[in-house]
Amino acid sequence: MAGNDSAVKVHIENVVKKFNTRKGEVVALNGANFDIHENEFVCVVGPSGCGKSTLLNIIGGLEEPTEGRVLVDGQEVTGPGPDRGIVFQQYALFPWLTVLENVKFGLKLQGKSDKEAEEIALKYIKLVELQDFVQSYPKELSGGMKQRVAIARAYAVNPKVLLMDEPFGALDAQTRTQLQSELLETWEKEQKTCFFITHDVEEAIILAQRVIIMYARPGRVKEIVDIDIPYPRTQETKMTPRFLELKNHIWSQVYQEYLSVRK
Amino acid sequence: MKEKKVPIWSKVPSWAWALISLALAIALWLAASGTWPAVFASPEKVLNAFIERAQSGLLWEHVWASVSRVLTGFGIAFVVSIPVAFLMAWYDPFRHVVEPWIQFIRNIPPLAYVFLIIAALGIGQTSKITVIFIAAFLVMVITIYQGVKGVDVTLIKAARVLGATQKDIFFKVTIPASTPFILVAARLGLSTSLTTLMASEIVGGDKGIGMMIQQASGYYQMDVVLLGIIMLGIIGICFEKIVRFLERRFTGWQETIQQ
Ligand SMILES: Nc1ncnc2c1ncn2[C@@H]1O[C@H](COP(=O)(O)OP(=O)(O)OP(=O)(O)O)[C@@H](O)[C@H]1O
Ligand SMILES: [Mg+2]
Repeated sequence: MAGNDSAVKVHIENVVKKFNTRKGEVVALNGANFDIHENEFVCVVGPSGCGKSTLLNIIGGLEEPTEGRVLVDGQEVTGPGPDRGIVFQQYALFPWLTVLENVKFGLKLQGKSDKEAEEIALKYIKLVELQDFVQSYPKELSGGMKQRVAIARAYAVNPKVLLMDEPFGALDAQTRTQLQSELLETWEKEQKTCFFITHDVEEAIILAQRVIIMYARPGRVKEIVDIDIPYPRTQETKMTPRFLELKNHIWSQVYQEYLSVRK
Repeated sequence: MKEKKVPIWSKVPSWAWALISLALAIALWLAASGTWPAVFASPEKVLNAFIERAQSGLLWEHVWASVSRVLTGFGIAFVVSIPVAFLMAWYDPFRHVVEPWIQFIRNIPPLAYVFLIIAALGIGQTSKITVIFIAAFLVMVITIYQGVKGVDVTLIKAARVLGATQKDIFFKVTIPASTPFILVAARLGLSTSLTTLMASEIVGGDKGIGMMIQQASGYYQMDVVLLGIIMLGIIGICFEKIVRFLERRFTGWQETIQQ
């Protein structure tokens, strides 16, 4: 099965996360267990508030689990590291830096010389087709372009694991489709392990080798669905019977959880 | 469908508006000095007072005394308020203790504590600068604190993920992200300094625009009084222009609503 024959890259073991809030304790995750394999593309779907972002933040090292642990390459995660990059839904570009400076940001922190950082940054800016906007500030870019910069910035430091939290959630349908196929192209070229959160079931199926469905809060894994559709996947893929079958199945599973939240 | 009419005044260029505004102001001034000649000296008299004092150099001595006082008090306040604001944003215990003090003193008119400071520091330059420092510091520390507190956490997260240390985050994220607030604070601080200057100069000394106004009013030289007031207005506008220039220079990256 896709990805399962390669080594485990990220191991998530019984992860529990509780938040202390003014209204009392909130259990965001209640024992998440699964593995992500080397170079695998995994998508996560689940109703709002089921702990998807929390899980991503824990893998990224921005948040500590209350119980359980996360291993990357067998090493326990204790904080953010250069082996894991994050792309946020709100782009999180530094508004006072140009596109080039944004992409160079992580490279400079790694101690690379200005020249080397610039070379690498330009390579990735080209990869996301923003070579004409190298000197622009984020406020001069559209949402789709901003997210491309954020992706280039994450790629530039060459993390082995790429964590993406609804990166295309704020974009219109056309831009989203385009960025999806660009992302797949670069994923095939650069070989990375991708952990991608989305609300969009079609997006999950078109991108992922496996789709993880989460229960409503407190979050746990409800089901993991193998997407046995070969790459390259295109818009036509969305019309194939297998795609529709998977979509129906995943959608009904997610919908049950939506309903359970509303009750 | 009604056609939208473009108002005729939208075609008048902005320099022409400035001229119209100035001309009207002078007309009003003339009218006022015609009606209450004992209070409002005429533009001509004020101009004469200006020429006379500018030539003797006396005016510039007063202006320099005031401007250097304001800039020193403001400058020290600026340098001190930045680290204090950061400490407040980062260490809750510090903020819990200090913020109530700041809020309490901030609402007291400086004139009220001027005498306390004079009793402590004497009537010289130090006490004048101290009064300005206190008032400017209080305004700026609050504004900068709010800016630091409001730095988008996602940006800090993004920086951490890219390998930033605490020090990197401070210099490469927090400082640039709060620059707009620091500049707003500078603007508020300068105008507060100017306001407080009057309180600081009211109690004596020999040089300063405040002194000039006070002495002149004692002799009923209303032309000099008005001259002093106008000079303060001009200084205020100059400060404002400088800060606006810095804002354009350093915070041009900010998202703004285009008109
Ligand atoms: N810092 C925090 N403090 C308190 N509660 C939190 C915090 N972060 C998340 N939560 C709570 O944990 C739960 C899971 O949040 P999380 O953001 O992980 O959900 P999500 O699945 O990403 O939702 P969405 O799809 O809407 O982004 C929510 O109930 C949320 O209120
Ligand atoms: Mg989320």
